[in-house]
Amino acid sequence: MRLTLRVWRQKNADAPGTMATYEVDGISPDMSFLEMLDTLNEELILRGEEPVAFDHDCREGICGACSLVINGDAHGPERTTTCQLHMRSFRDGDTIDVEPWRAAAFPVVKDLVVDRSSFDRIIQAGGYVSAPTGSAPEAHATPVPKADADRAFEHAECIGCGACVAACPNGSAMLFTSAKVNHLNVLPQGAPERESRVLDMVAQMDAEGFGGCTLTGECATACPKGIPLPSISAMNREWLRATRRRVV
Amino acid sequence: MAVSGLILLAYLVAHVMGNLKVFFGPDEFNAYGHWLRTMGAPVLHHGWALWIVRVGLLAAVIAHGVSAYQLSRLDRRARPTRYVHKRRRASYATRTMRWGGVIIALFVVWHLLDLTTLTVNGNAQPGHPYENVVATFSTWYGNVIYLVAMLAVGLHVRHGFWSAAQTLGVGSARRDRALKAAATTLALVLTAGFVAVPVAVMTGVVS
Repeated sequence: MRLTLRVWRQKNADAPGTMATYEVDGISPDMSFLEMLDTLNEELILRGEEPVAFDHDCREGICGACSLVINGDAHGPERTTTCQLHMRSFRDGDTIDVEPWRAAAFPVVKDLVVDRSSFDRIIQAGGYVSAPTGSAPEAHATPVPKADADRAFEHAECIGCGACVAACPNGSAMLFTSAKVNHLNVLPQGAPERESRVLDMVAQMDAEGFGGCTLTGECATACPKGIPLPSISAMNREWLRATRRRVV
Repeated sequence: MAVSGLILLAYLVAHVMGNLKVFFGPDEFNAYGHWLRTMGAPVLHHGWALWIVRVGLLAAVIAHGVSAYQLSRLDRRARPTRYVHKRRRASYATRTMRWGGVIIALFVVWHLLDLTTLTVNGNAQPGHPYENVVATFSTWYGNVIYLVAMLAVGLHVRHGFWSAAQTLGVGSARRDRALKAAATTLALVLTAGFVAVPVAVMTGVVS
């Protein structure tokens, strides 16, 4: 496959960026999108040019490190992570636009790499349980109804990649935060911090400069892990409940 | 946003029911218009109930507009650099919430000047709403403004009602289909109900 790539190049956080055009040839349809970028980078290094910086780690679709907006879609045209996207999803001769996540709370570090530590600070604000960990507890000591366990697992699937923020026209982190809040709030282990968790995490989310939710649904469409849109309503329900309890 | 929107939506439902009285002739419609002023009597003085409703509506409109402005400002700041590769996002009703809201607000101003203060009405007969309504929909611009605004209202309600449910924490995967159906039904019934009046005047059913 022969492709034309238009890639966002930006030297550092303060430098102005621009879209640079590159031609790549000899791309196999079985390559992953990141392998295609590796091929480009090898050529750039041979030419003595600066390779394109992009985030990646496990390349198995479970770590949440990769983060590219491909032709306007977070993680590209397939509903998966960029590392699990294959070149067979494109056609020979295509022009592909590659951009970083765009959000005030995700500043560009270099090229396609953004700083997602705002997500870490949201987690630090309440995305944990204070129950003692250590050796595995006796399984029957804390019964969890099957439906609750399923709900918790569904939300625990969030890998914190930030595609929801990148896809949202408002740069809102509601889907991410709701996944983390719901994951712990439905479980008995998360019950002691049920109120403070949602209030603190939402407050931190707002403080980080993420936008407000207008329920466009773009986040849930882009999410590689299928966190459903109604999770946002579930978090709002938790937030209203916690606010009521704090006031009364 | 959600609470003020639902207040305004409840008012629209009452409004469309009142409007449809136009099909029962001038006597019943004008009597209904008169009742709006004697509502709450003898506890309330003439027109007081109407003014209480108007003050409540004005508060809801202001709250809705201010929160829409604040939300939009927050959202624009959260995405300072736009994507180079543009892609059409979300449904038409969702994408037109902001400008649709502005269009509806401008229409409300025109609507009040037309049928409340009668400033721009061709008939302008106080106490004769039936004749004034017929006068409005006997002009091409009256019809165009009204029809465009009612389509905007339908789209706004379609996304707004469902969104309000999500904001208030009522949404869930199981209820999602029911909430969307309720939003679509509300939007269709309101738009059809409001549009029925100018169409009836245009076709001579109401004259």
